[in-house]
Amino acid sequence: MLSSILRRLLLAVCTIVAGGFFSAALVRCAPGFGTDERQLDPRLSNDSIRAIQGLHAEDRNIVRSYLTSLGRTLRGDLGVSRTLNRPVRQLLHDRAAVTATVAGKGLALAWSAAVGMAFAAWFWHTPALRLSVTLFSGALLCLPAGVLALLAILLDLPAYLVIALIVYPKVHRYLSGLVEAACKMPHIITARATGATETRIFLRHVLPVIRREVLALAGVSIGIALSAAIPVEALCGVAGIGQLAWQSALARDLPLLTNVAMLVIACVVLANSGADLLSEERRQPA
Amino acid sequence: MKRVRQAASVLVCTLVLISVVGGILSHFDYSQQDREQVNCAPSRAHWLGTDDLGRDRLARLLHGARVSILLAPAAAAISMLLAFAIGAVPGFAGGLAERAAKTVIDLALSVPWLFLLLIARAMLPLNTSPAASAMITFLVLGLLGWAAPARILLARARGLRQAGFITLARSMGAPPARLLCRHVLPNLRPVVAAQFWISVPIFILSEANLSILGLGVAEPLPSLGSLLRELESVLSLRADLWRFVPLVVLVLMVSSLQVAVSRQEVYS
Repeated sequence: MLSSILRRLLLAVCTIVAGGFFSAALVRCAPGFGTDERQLDPRLSNDSIRAIQGLHAEDRNIVRSYLTSLGRTLRGDLGVSRTLNRPVRQLLHDRAAVTATVAGKGLALAWSAAVGMAFAAWFWHTPALRLSVTLFSGALLCLPAGVLALLAILLDLPAYLVIALIVYPKVHRYLSGLVEAACKMPHIITARATGATETRIFLRHVLPVIRREVLALAGVSIGIALSAAIPVEALCGVAGIGQLAWQSALARDLPLLTNVAMLVIACVVLANSGADLLSEERRQPA
Repeated sequence: MKRVRQAASVLVCTLVLISVVGGILSHFDYSQQDREQVNCAPSRAHWLGTDDLGRDRLARLLHGARVSILLAPAAAAISMLLAFAIGAVPGFAGGLAERAAKTVIDLALSVPWLFLLLIARAMLPLNTSPAASAMITFLVLGLLGWAAPARILLARARGLRQAGFITLARSMGAPPARLLCRHVLPNLRPVVAAQFWISVPIFILSEANLSILGLGVAEPLPSLGSLLRELESVLSLRADLWRFVPLVVLVLMVSSLQVAVSRQEVYS
């Protein structure tokens, strides 16, 4: 068990480091790298423009720049945001709690709704219920996250509800598919034939079968929620990590962008690894 | 279900046709500004009214739909090419190449897609023309959207590696390139086609998200996504109902594309 945890942890660390490098390389390879909006200011002299261009000189060598920044990160120094003029560590610390709250509430709401719908579909096999739920989640899947955020502003709805509406159809679609597939399994048909109640079949026979996939889906849904947090926080004016990611991308703030990328990747990778680990643990005999 | 799919296919074709021959429906140019007709309600001259710069909404919607409808499949084609190169080829080759490809795919999938797009799009030059911004936006979508299809193609190609007809062709001395082109590619075609049609609505929605965040197609060129930015200034649902027409078109387009690709094709 311990070796499995260590192996996954090592893999997660490698993925986070590689993901951070990937994001930094993406920024470095973009044709607009080194361009600063201030360079378009007609009041600036040539020397000032050259000085601004010089600010990005140390980032030209992506490997060296990334290794330097990684070394600093390991010492606890995440650098200073060029645009917000504040330590990145402080920015991340202040905003992580906001995103955790918004995304957490959204995830809880989405999962409650999806599980509730799966239960309802299991107990009441009515075509009307199935059709209405499918249409609702299908309609949500066709709406961009940004539009949902704008509608939330218009209707004065909280940001976490938007995240819930983005996560819910994806979770619901997969979860209902799993339950539907489990329904056709021979041991379920046998259990029904023996006269077991629907509740008993669901709790004793369906849940153990789909548990691993549900745990994996839980891990994936965290990534979906974090991804959704970017447009939702940016448009709804929530001062979280998503808004920070958007601001740093617009301002081309490389230190901030790299650290936000690493934080987001770390959350996604750790959530997936945790889900994998839990499902592995469940498979082992007691 | 078959009838629903047929109806969805007809709707997609109709929307494509309307957007392509849209010039007949509106005799205004998408960038033509009429300062005396700013924020007008729908009228006989302007069927969907005008925006805050006095531009005809219908002309912009038709042109925007054309941009999204034509460029999203192009982006999907790019992403399929990359998915084939990064997923199917190493999957068929096996060994170290397959392991390396799996690692790269897992790495790409671990970074949230919208976040990647945001980084890539925001880092592009500030002085790009509207047409170039549209091309770049969809190019970025194509270049970054390969990971999920690549994983599916890799799994399918790995399955084909062990297939009897491949072993037979290999034993007859067929070189790997010939095996790939003549035997693997035709067998992967349904999966590639399904992944292509799944990617198109995803790219349309992603472009819409980027445009709403101000990182999509640059003004004055419209796209389905950039037209949705107007919803930011909507004050009430009832008063400005016609402003939601681009959203209705987007939902119709995306939902029709999703319904048109059946579940069997997706998982085949």
